[in-house]
Amino acid sequence: MKPTIPPMLIYALRRLLQAIPVIILIMVGTFLLLKLTPGDTVDALVGDMGGADAAFIARLRAEYGLDQPVWVQLWRYMVKLATFDLGQSFVYEQPVATVLLDRLGTTLLLMATSLSLAFSIGITLGAFAARRAYSLTDNLISTLGLIFYATPSFFLSLMMMLLFSVKLGWLPVGGIKTIAGFYTGWDHVLDVARHLVMPTAALSLIYLSFYLRLMRSSVMQVADQDFVRTARAKGAGETRLMVHHIMRNALLPAVTLFGLQFSTLLGGSVVVETIFTLPGLGQLAYQSVIQRDMNTLMGIIFLCSIIVILVNFLTDLLYARLDSRIELS
Amino acid sequence: MKKQLIGLGVACLTATAALAPAVASAQEVKKGGTAIVHMISEQRILNPALRASTGVYNISGKIVEPLIDKSYDGYVPVLATEWSGSNDGLTITVKLRENIRWHDGEDFTCEDVSYTAIEMWKKLLNYSSALQANLESVDCPDPHTAVFNYSKPMPIDLFVAAMPDLGHPMPKHLYEGTDILNNPYNTAPVGTGPFKFVEYERGQYVMAEKNEDYWREGYPYLDRIVWRFIKDKSAAAAALEAGEVHESGFIGVSMADVVRLSEDDRFDVGTQGYENNVAHSTVEFNHRNPILADVKVRQAMYHGLDIDYAIDTIMRGFAAPGRGPVPQAGGANYTDDVTTYPYDVELAKEMLDEAGYPVKDDGFRFKLRHRPAPWGEYTQLWGEYFAQAMREIDIDVEILTNDAPGFLNGVYRDHDFDTANGWHQFRSDPAVSTTVWLRSGQAEGTPWTNQFGWKSEEMDQMIDDAASELDPETRAEMYHAIQRKAMEEVPVIFAIEHPFISVTSKKLMNHHNTPRWNSSSWYDLWLDE
Repeated sequence: MKPTIPPMLIYALRRLLQAIPVIILIMVGTFLLLKLTPGDTVDALVGDMGGADAAFIARLRAEYGLDQPVWVQLWRYMVKLATFDLGQSFVYEQPVATVLLDRLGTTLLLMATSLSLAFSIGITLGAFAARRAYSLTDNLISTLGLIFYATPSFFLSLMMMLLFSVKLGWLPVGGIKTIAGFYTGWDHVLDVARHLVMPTAALSLIYLSFYLRLMRSSVMQVADQDFVRTARAKGAGETRLMVHHIMRNALLPAVTLFGLQFSTLLGGSVVVETIFTLPGLGQLAYQSVIQRDMNTLMGIIFLCSIIVILVNFLTDLLYARLDSRIELS
Repeated sequence: MKKQLIGLGVACLTATAALAPAVASAQEVKKGGTAIVHMISEQRILNPALRASTGVYNISGKIVEPLIDKSYDGYVPVLATEWSGSNDGLTITVKLRENIRWHDGEDFTCEDVSYTAIEMWKKLLNYSSALQANLESVDCPDPHTAVFNYSKPMPIDLFVAAMPDLGHPMPKHLYEGTDILNNPYNTAPVGTGPFKFVEYERGQYVMAEKNEDYWREGYPYLDRIVWRFIKDKSAAAAALEAGEVHESGFIGVSMADVVRLSEDDRFDVGTQGYENNVAHSTVEFNHRNPILADVKVRQAMYHGLDIDYAIDTIMRGFAAPGRGPVPQAGGANYTDDVTTYPYDVELAKEMLDEAGYPVKDDGFRFKLRHRPAPWGEYTQLWGEYFAQAMREIDIDVEILTNDAPGFLNGVYRDHDFDTANGWHQFRSDPAVSTTVWLRSGQAEGTPWTNQFGWKSEEMDQMIDDAASELDPETRAEMYHAIQRKAMEEVPVIFAIEHPFISVTSKKLMNHHNTPRWNSSSWYDLWLDE
């Protein structure tokens, strides 16, 4: 008897193989694009220092290999990348992998918490609003959603900071932990949680409105369809109808959005991370651009493309689970 | 309110030596506590013998001490106790303090000074490599005497003036035989200062703790200093107000917040403590453009700038008009007996007509591509003001916005600009960094040097002569002459001189009591909590 490979595994392997040329293309593309920006990391370094003489500048450039032609630099980088060596960060004077792993945790924590909050509260509110469409409740929920949707994240963050830190003194202004607090164990966890309250709230309030709007229209649409009417005619209760028949189908677009937004891990949190001085990937990416820290920036893009591919894969799996008509092939 | 601020700004600028340091009142000194300081940008290298920059001194100044520091009463001994120069200017002898130990317990001796001077100050340290170019060797006749030997005369005044910024010895035993630039102690410095390095959490903070073994008896008062990196200026202002940060220096919050917090009685807001960190807001010309190569055009443009208006609105009064490359903080080397260019639109237009650039059909005389430096709020505003003011005298200015590497590259390497504006910091003595703006023959692509294509053999000669003149009085006269010539020919407009501004919690005691306070060691700083 031939050993049978589960179709799931075949699917996963094929997706993995397809991902490799995509990642290579992304890396080469970004490398060349970044080379087009005026100025390099040595310009940024010297700018920070307030000036230096020509010999110093030339020596730094040679040390970083920036005196080589672009294609030599690209070749060197890709060869290293093939062995998963992301190189050395010019700015942090540490291996890029170390810098990234230091920052990944904060961003993942922030994004996972805010997105889950936004997702769960958003779809609940959306479904609730849809069931009472055009009532006062619906209007109230929709208006609030619209307000958060229209508020820029930096403004929302600063207003929260003004209220909860400056005026009320309840929450810390920024950072990930109390410096010189030297907390350990649960005290440390609690301390970090306190620092994450405002950034998480700021991010999730902005995302929340997306899910709310999407879920509201989606539920209204599904609720009108024949199979719902059939189910109701067969005597299904309102709760069963909602959870089993409507929600399950109405969730699909929200899941798509969840997958998409998780992929924008970085972009979404740049502003919030900068304002709350959270040492995350978003802030790191922004700083790396400003300081032309090529290796770090390329490392972030590499990491992100892997995350995007992974999340897309997981979304597809979830799709198949939610709607049995969809097949993995 | 505004008038009051102007008064404050000018008073701080003019009365450097006369201003009494902020003396602790009869109040009893409290020991202990953690001072938390805001930093707007991160520093990766914390070795002041490799990177001369106020951002580095801000942190490393508490950990690593220089030979000589500057106080409101003049230069004061730190690791050096006395210094003298030979009559021919070729040797400078420095006596070193005895019984000093590095934070790791090793003795501090002349070997450390000799090693650092030759391997770092002369070879690797920006600004210093030009200053110490003629340094041949540093001899150690005994462990506590260092003799600097020069191949060309080195004025003792220049040497001493440079030491607070460019004279930090590092421990030889931790550097010798290593790759100096990649030595791990560059980011975890070991010094002799009142505070010992503890940790550097990237993107977050740097922490230093009290050195129990410090040579100044009974100091320091504080247990700990923490420097927090907060990039967003509004968030930094909120951190000050919430009491999470005690000081923000170098205009680390927006000008609007500076004014707002100056009315809050929990804070001291002002320019004291920056007398040694004075900067010029400049307008730089690309002399490769034949229009700008005409001195008449540059003078006319100077007349077209309302400097007082810019000081009032952009700098909120914390500044004074510039008088050439040397600021008032330059002491004897400064003079205000120079040509000035009062604001006069009609005169400016007349001069431009005379120079042969009448208004054309499109309503403009000519067009300029202007690059403003991205060094924060006021530099951008000053660039925008410049463009507006030029339009008043019918010059069309297109603003090209860049981030820092883009700006430095565009102006100093590619020379792809007509005019630019930024700021230029004065470092105690005109020879250290000022004359590089006016002397021709600077290596291609070096930022903050004469990359403008301006060449005057007469000026080059004047700069060289002044740099090696030993007599302080003659030297001062020579710098006055350079200042006068720079104001006549306007190769660069040193439009506004301004110190930086600090917002400090009143809980900090003994703050801003030296003219380079943010860079100094803070051994006498204490916290009233």
